[in-house]
Amino acid sequence: MAEKQMNETKGLMGWIDARFPLTSTIKQHMTEYYAPKNFNFWYYFGILATVVFALQILTGIFLTMHYKPSAADAFASVEYIMRDVWGGNYIRYMHSTGASMFFIVVYLHMFRGLIYGSYRNPRELIWLFGVAIFLCLMGEAFFGYLLPWGQMSYWGAQVIVNLFSAIPFIGPDFSEWLRGDYLISDATLNRFFAFHVIALPFVLAGLVAVHLIALHEVGSNNPDGVEIKKKKDPKTGIPLDGIPFHPYYTVKDTVGVVAFFIVFAAIIFYAPDMGGYFLEANNFVPANPLVTPAHIAPVWYFTPYYSILRAVPPILNSQFPGVAMMGLSVMAFAFLPWLDKSPVASIRYRGGLYKKWLAAFVVSFVVLGYLGTVPSNIWGQFSAGMPIIGGADRATVVARIFTVVYFAFFILMPWYTAKDKTKPVPERVTY
Amino acid sequence: MSDKPNDKKPPRKPRAAVNKADSEISKPVQSESPLSFDTSAVDVEKRKFITIATACVGAAGALGIMAPPFVGSMAPSERAKAAGAPVEVDISKLEAGSMMTVEWRGKPVWIIKRTPEQTAELAKHNDSLSDPNCDVTSQQPAYCKNASRSIKQDIAVIIGICTHLGCSPSAKMQKGGDMGDAWTGGFFCPCHGSKFDLAGRVFKGSPAPTNLVVPPHQYLTDTTLLIGVDKAEA
Amino acid sequence: MKNMKKLLIALAFLPVAALANEAKMDVSAPVNLSDHDSLQRGAKTFVNYCLSCHSANYMRYNRLQDIGLTEKQIKENLVFAGDKVGETMQVGMNPKDAKAWFGAAPPDLSVEVRARGADWVYAYLRGFYKDDTRPSGWNNTVFDKVAMPHVLYELQGIQVLNHETHQLELVKAGRMNPQEYDAFVGDLTNYMTYMAEPKQQNRKHTGIWVLLILGVLLVMAKKLKKEYWKDIK
Repeated sequence: MAEKQMNETKGLMGWIDARFPLTSTIKQHMTEYYAPKNFNFWYYFGILATVVFALQILTGIFLTMHYKPSAADAFASVEYIMRDVWGGNYIRYMHSTGASMFFIVVYLHMFRGLIYGSYRNPRELIWLFGVAIFLCLMGEAFFGYLLPWGQMSYWGAQVIVNLFSAIPFIGPDFSEWLRGDYLISDATLNRFFAFHVIALPFVLAGLVAVHLIALHEVGSNNPDGVEIKKKKDPKTGIPLDGIPFHPYYTVKDTVGVVAFFIVFAAIIFYAPDMGGYFLEANNFVPANPLVTPAHIAPVWYFTPYYSILRAVPPILNSQFPGVAMMGLSVMAFAFLPWLDKSPVASIRYRGGLYKKWLAAFVVSFVVLGYLGTVPSNIWGQFSAGMPIIGGADRATVVARIFTVVYFAFFILMPWYTAKDKTKPVPERVTY
Repeated sequence: MSDKPNDKKPPRKPRAAVNKADSEISKPVQSESPLSFDTSAVDVEKRKFITIATACVGAAGALGIMAPPFVGSMAPSERAKAAGAPVEVDISKLEAGSMMTVEWRGKPVWIIKRTPEQTAELAKHNDSLSDPNCDVTSQQPAYCKNASRSIKQDIAVIIGICTHLGCSPSAKMQKGGDMGDAWTGGFFCPCHGSKFDLAGRVFKGSPAPTNLVVPPHQYLTDTTLLIGVDKAEA
Repeated sequence: MKNMKKLLIALAFLPVAALANEAKMDVSAPVNLSDHDSLQRGAKTFVNYCLSCHSANYMRYNRLQDIGLTEKQIKENLVFAGDKVGETMQVGMNPKDAKAWFGAAPPDLSVEVRARGADWVYAYLRGFYKDDTRPSGWNNTVFDKVAMPHVLYELQGIQVLNHETHQLELVKAGRMNPQEYDAFVGDLTNYMTYMAEPKQQNRKHTGIWVLLILGVLLVMAKKLKKEYWKDIK
C-alpha cells in the first residue's frame, strides 16, 4: 500500500489514473524508458517512419473525402482533388510523396538494423514484426498505386496480379478471384480501395504497436551493440548507459523530424514528381485496357525485387521460379536473426569480411533497383559469338549476377559471420 | 490488463525512492551518481523558456502550415462553386399574375409577376402578418426591405422553402378557392399549413417563424435577372 | 558517420539531377509560367484551335484568372456562347464521331504536358510533315503515324521530311515565318504546361514560406536539444 500512495497523482490525472493507467504508461514508455545514450544518425528513421505513417493516415482520410473508387470516375476525381479542392494538391502530394518517403525511411531503418545487429537475440521478434510491417507496407503501396487509375496504375496491377497466375495449379483461378473479373476493372479498383483504406492500415497500425511493445520490453539496441541492461546502477536499477527517452530523445527526435519535414516540404513544393520516380509521367494518362505503354516499370521502391523477377529465367516454361525468388528476396530478411553467427552485433566490432559482404549487398540492391526502372535492353546485347552469354541482354546478365550476390549475402551469412575476425567489444557504450 | 500495474509495482519501489532523494538530498550524492544523466545543474528557468518557445513556434507552424489544406479542403470546391454560381433568368415571357421556378444552389427560386391589384393588396393585410415591415433582416437583402419586398414593384424573387421545416409551399395565386374567401393570393405549405402572401410574408398563426427568404439578385437588363449575387458584389 | 550523412544527402538529390523518365528532345520548349502575356496568347490559341476537337475536362475557364485575365475578359473572349465561366473546357464533338473521323478519339489535353513533357509537346507541334501514305496526309517526327492532321498548316506552311538528313524542310511557306510560328506554338506549349498543373506557380511561392518557418523551427529544436543534452555525461 505504501508504494501505491507514493505514486498517487492528484487532480484530473488522479481521476484518470484511478480508471486508466495513464501515468504509469507514460512512465513505462517515455519518462522511465531508458534508451542508450549513444544513438546516432541512424536512429532517427524509426520515429520518422512513425511520423510518415501518421501523415499518410491523415492525408488519406482527407483524400478519401474527395476520391471516387470507380473506373469511370477515379482518374477524374484525382484531378478534381488537384485542381478544384482547396489545398487538395498539397494533400495529394503529401500522400504521394509520403509513399516514397515511407519506403526511404523504412529502408534506412532496416539498414540500421543490419549494421548494428538489431535483429539479434533478444530482438528477433521485434525484427519479425518489422518484416511483417514491411510486407504490409508493400501491400499498402501496391493497392494504393492502382487508385489514381492511370496507365501505370493499371498495367502495374495487371503485371503483379498476373504473377500470381504463375503459381502452379491454383494460379490462374487465384488471380481471377483476386481481380474479381477477367481483367483489372472497376471491381478490382473497388476492392483494392477497400484493402488500401481500411484493411491494411488497421493491420499496419497493429503491427507498429506490437513492434514498439516488443522493443520496450527488451530495450533498444545501440551503435555499439552492447546490452545496456547488463550494467545497472545497483541502487536504482537504471542502466548506467541509459537515459530517459523523454525528454532526451523526444527533443533529439524533434530535430530529426523537423529536418525530415524540410526535405519533405522541399519535395512537395519543388519536385513532387521527383523526375518521374515518385509520380510517373505515364500515370497522367487514364487507364486504357487496350493499350500498354511502351515501357512499364514499378515505382522505384519495388524495382529491386522486380529486377530479380525478371532476372530469373523461366524453367520448364513456367514463370513460377522468378515469382518464387522475388518472394524469397523479401522474405529472406526474416531469417537474419538465425543466419548471423557472429559473436558481435555491431559493425563497429566486426571484421572486414562482413563489411565487404554488406557493401556487396547494398550495391546489388541499388543496381537491381536501378535496372528495375529501365528496359532490359538498355545496355544493348553481348555479341552473338560469345560463349554462354552470347546475344543476351547485358542488363539481364548484370541483374543475374547481382541477384546471386543478393541471395549469397543471406545464404552464406552463417559461414562468413562465423569466420570473420572480430574486435573486442567494450563493456560500456562509447559516447 | 488489470493485473499489469501489479506486475510493474515491485521494480518501481526503489526507483521512486531514489527520485525522491534526487530532489531533496543535496548535490554531493548526485555528482557521485553513476548514471549517465544529471539534472542537478539545470537552469530550470532557461530550459522552461526554450521549451515553451520551441513548442509555440512548433504549434504555430503546425497550425499555419498543416491546418490550412486540411480545413480548406472541406469547403465547397471549385466544382461546387461553379454548380452554385449565380443563375441568369430571362423573364421577358413571364406574364402578370403568373410565376416561374428556377433552381439555384439546389433550391427552388420563385419569380412571381404580380398584377397591379395583387401588388396593391400587399399593403392591405399588414395587420394579419407576423413581420409586415420585414424587420427580420436575415430574410431579405436590404434593397428588398420595402413595401413590395422586391426591386421592381411587380416582380418578387423568393426562395420557395418554408422557414418552418424546409418543405416547399404550393402556389395559391388566386383569390378565394379552397383557401377560403378571405384569401387574397399567396402560398400555402402542405406540411404544416403555414401561409404566406404574394411577397412571401408569413401570416400570423402559421408555424413558420419568419418570412420566406429573398435571395440576393439583380437585373442585368430590364428582362434579365441574375439570381445569387447582389449588384455590389458583381 | 558524418561522411555517411553527406553521402545520404547527396543520394537524396541524385534523382533530381538524373531526371530519367522524359524522352529527350532536341529543342527545349520556351516555358515561362510567370509570363502572363505568353500564357494568355497560348490560352487563346488553345481555345481557338485545339478545343474544337480536344477537351480539357479538368480545366475551368474561371481559373484563367491565375494568368491575369478578368472574369469579364474570359467570358467575352474565351468561353463558348452559353457556357458559364465556372465550367470546364468541354468539347462539342462526340468522341464516337471523332473516332470514326480520325481513327482515334482526340485525347483530353488537361494533363498532356505532365504525361508527355513540355518539350515533347513543343516538338510535336513543330514536327508535322506531309506524308501521303497516311490517311490524313500528315505524319509527325515525334509521334509516328499520328492520326491527327496538321491543324496549323496554314500558319506554319508545309514541311516534308528529308529522308537522308532526317531534317524537316519547309516546302511551302505559311502565313507565319518560322520564328513567328515557333513563338506561336511556344506560347501554346507554355499555356498547356500551365494548364497541366494550374496551381504550380502558387505552390512554388508558398514553399518559400513553409521552408522558412521550418528553418526557424529547426534552429530552435537544435537549441532545445542542446539545452537538454547538457545533462548527459
